Amino acid sequence: MAKTETAILDKAGIARAITRIAHEILEQNKGGERLALVGIRTGGDHLATLLQARIQEIEGTEVPLGAVDITMYRDDLASRGNLPIGKTNIPFHLDGKQVILVDDVLYTGRTIRSAMDALMDFGRPSTIQLAVLIDRGHRELPIRADYVGRNVPTAREEDIAVIFDDELNPVEVRLVKP
Amino acid sequence: MSFQHKHVLGIEQMTKEDIQIILDTADSFKEINSREIKKVPTLRGKTIINAFFEASTRTRLSFEIAGKRLSADTVNISGSTSSVVKGETLEDTAKNIEAMAPDIIVIRHGHSGAPHYLSERVGCSVVNAGDGAHEHPSQALLDLMTMREHKGSIDGLEVAIVGDITHSRVARSDIYALTRMGAKVRLCGPGTMMPIGIELLGNVEVFTDIREAIEGADVVMMLRIQMERQSNILLPSLREYARFYGLNPTNLKLAKPDAIVMHPGPMNRGVEISSAVADGGQNVILDQVENGVATRMALLYLVSGVESMQTND
Repeated sequence: MAKTETAILDKAGIARAITRIAHEILEQNKGGERLALVGIRTGGDHLATLLQARIQEIEGTEVPLGAVDITMYRDDLASRGNLPIGKTNIPFHLDGKQVILVDDVLYTGRTIRSAMDALMDFGRPSTIQLAVLIDRGHRELPIRADYVGRNVPTAREEDIAVIFDDELNPVEVRLVKP
Repeated sequence: MSFQHKHVLGIEQMTKEDIQIILDTADSFKEINSREIKKVPTLRGKTIINAFFEASTRTRLSFEIAGKRLSADTVNISGSTSSVVKGETLEDTAKNIEAMAPDIIVIRHGHSGAPHYLSERVGCSVVNAGDGAHEHPSQALLDLMTMREHKGSIDGLEVAIVGDITHSRVARSDIYALTRMGAKVRLCGPGTMMPIGIELLGNVEVFTDIREAIEGADVVMMLRIQMERQSNILLPSLREYARFYGLNPTNLKLAKPDAIVMHPGPMNRGVEISSAVADGGQNVILDQVENGVATRMALLYLVSGVESMQTND
């Protein structure tokens, strides 16, 4: 049976969500002084780049930006075989930072668990907060997002696809039904 | 496209894509070695036995560190302290090791083909860490990783390998790996140390004059004279060898100005390589050692992944 895809967020909608999240992050952390952004590959890293630009526009500060690949920290490696390992790049010290972990879709929470383990190997941030574009529910771990672009209730068999263009800007979010 | 080899016995069995995957994976793992906490949980719960039946410091240490940084439990046995000295056969030793349920055996052995023999008799993965004068796959892969870092790509490189080609497992693995990735290999050494017909391995040219072999090369790789693998009949004297086949600042000038100098170690300073070159600005010998850990992490990760996919099928 063919899959049906419905657009649930367009380019302008994504941009508004990112802007709002940027404001919320700055409000919550009382400015951008000790902030750092770490995007989860792949998807979250592109959104983190956008957030960095938006925070710079608002506050005028350039927040350090990193990316983390969580493959080495997955809890299901034993059953998944040798998945390709992407590059982790955190070119700054995490100690004492207010780290905003950025991902495109929050689902079971297992990716976030892995990413937090990875961050802890790099240092001791003063806080780790989570920003996601879409929260689709079905958590399997006690994890919640601090900043959410859009809550989208889904069924487990459905899927959320965040589409990026060639310049890695998000253009659309789709709900994919089997 | 993914890596499908349960064992790493040699480069001969690998495709260009396999080599590409290993190098890309090693690139990603390399970053861990510069962290403050140099450990990731990727191979937690896996047991790796490093069975070294032949002398080695660099390779054994490198495999051991690679395993430990991936959180595997690594255990070492060496030939001189194992039951081999009491007369146990390789097969019996292997069966006994296997009874303790390791996931990977890394083996270095003086006889060509020992890892292959072992892989047919044990259930776990076998990684060749050098077998006789046959292959040393992890060394060739770290060589390629280092070349790629310095030159951007392997394709089209002119690589001169100078020394005792006959007894060198490093040369053999490097020839397979380099020609498969599109490089051109120039081999150079005394006629007594050059296997007949080696040029049939592919894009390989044979020289007896080091100056011709080095001229215009992008990479100059020097090999050690393996005294333990030969009688004295192949060489009149080490001094003569150094004069005709040693790399020194004068003949290095014949290579491209940005050429890099490599050596798999251990070096015999003053024989195949002069100290001025070994410590000179063009040498990347310690980069090779550094990349060795990342390369071996990649190999251990990839073979253990294949193993787990098979058990789940």
